[in-house]
Amino acid sequence: MSGILNSSIGRKFAMALSALFLMFFLLQHFAINILSVFSPETFNSTSHFMGTFPLVQYVLQPVLIFGVIFHFVMGFVLEIRNNKAREVSYAKNNGGANSTWMSRNMIWSGLAILAFICLHFYDFWFPEINTKFIQGDMTGLIDPNNADSGFRYFEELQHKFESHVRTIIYVIAFVLLALHLLHGFNSAFQSVGANNKYTKGLKNFGKLYAIIIPLGFIFIAIFHHLKHVLS
Amino acid sequence: MNLTLKIWRQKNASDKGKLVDYKISDVSPDMSFLEMLDVLNEQLINEGDEPVAFDHDCREGICGMCSLYINGEAHGPDRGVTTCQLHMRMFKDGDTIFIEPFRAKAFPVVKDLVVDRSSFDRIQHAGGFISVNTSGNTIDANAIPVNKADADKAFEAATCIGCGACVATCKNSSAMLFVGAKVSQFALLPQGKVEATDRVLNMVRQMDEEGFGNCTNTGACEVECPKGISLENIARMNREYLKASLKG
Repeated sequence: MSGILNSSIGRKFAMALSALFLMFFLLQHFAINILSVFSPETFNSTSHFMGTFPLVQYVLQPVLIFGVIFHFVMGFVLEIRNNKAREVSYAKNNGGANSTWMSRNMIWSGLAILAFICLHFYDFWFPEINTKFIQGDMTGLIDPNNADSGFRYFEELQHKFESHVRTIIYVIAFVLLALHLLHGFNSAFQSVGANNKYTKGLKNFGKLYAIIIPLGFIFIAIFHHLKHVLS
Repeated sequence: MNLTLKIWRQKNASDKGKLVDYKISDVSPDMSFLEMLDVLNEQLINEGDEPVAFDHDCREGICGMCSLYINGEAHGPDRGVTTCQLHMRMFKDGDTIFIEPFRAKAFPVVKDLVVDRSSFDRIQHAGGFISVNTSGNTIDANAIPVNKADADKAFEAATCIGCGACVATCKNSSAMLFVGAKVSQFALLPQGKVEATDRVLNMVRQMDEEGFGNCTNTGACEVECPKGISLENIARMNREYLKASLKG
């Protein structure tokens, strides 16, 4: 068991496990965000629960941050090692004849997603940490001294999508996420050794997941942006 | 057909190497790609030039000796064939054809288009075998019943000829399709299960030591493999390796 992460298959396995975890998180994130379209009250109460429940804040959140960092660091490590495995490039290489663009460019879609995550943290995560743990306001209220002011989460979300530029960046980022997932979903299952009679069905499900979830996030961003523009 | 060939010429392992242009005329579409190179070499010898060095042996698509990265694809643009079975009818009159050696750190160029694929041999030596007593008490292989589905899968894996097209075509120069096939071939059969744990650990360790890259599941190897070895074999190797790691 020792040294499994030093082997090529061990690294693949670890990369796949972190990917599966992040894909599960993405689904959960989407399930909460879509509430903002249908019911701002439910979105507010769910966000408040997620933002204050100790198991989520002190156990799942650190695990998630570790998962994100691990996935990116391991992605870079693999890319560097793989580049070293071919010291002289081909003068002519017809990669499109045997593999998809997505599968050959995971590092680039991944880098774009990393840049997006930095923006996303700047937009939501850092202000949230500041409010809760630096200012010490765990109430989740717009005005912490006024219990009738209501939760702040929906208002903050709407405010962020007032900007054209930010909305466009979010849309582009989710298109790249879809491309990343179109290869990544099935690749993760192959890496953990799952290639059997269910693979064809899983591949189809993976394609649906890779398109529907990012499309859903795009819908949420455009919905709130248009709501602001048209109001 | 009249063709322009851009062929990688490299005097030896330490030479930098470069692409050199050659013109060749009256190429028959019925020629194999290697026969076309034979004609070019005759032409070069008659002109007093050094012929192009390239690997070949059986010329029947079963020995795994021929290689070549032709117009950006291992074994050229046809599917399910080695370079010796690639025919010139796959090209058109006036085409420019790039001919390069299989490229990977673990496959160093020896000369021109010839590469050293002994890293595959060392992986095989690390575990690509079963230990059978040959002192006169050898058990007939047919005495052990094998499930038909497993036997078929083992046979499919065993059709790997070790040509290295998987490594050459993989953007990461990964050898996992080759090693996956060799591990699967034995992992599926009762005769191979005895040494299964050591086999997969040793073969993967040797593969990593040789400097092959990590598989990122692009699937290019499966497409370019002249024997159609399936990605299922890589998944099986992954399972075998993880199982063996937990045991070991």
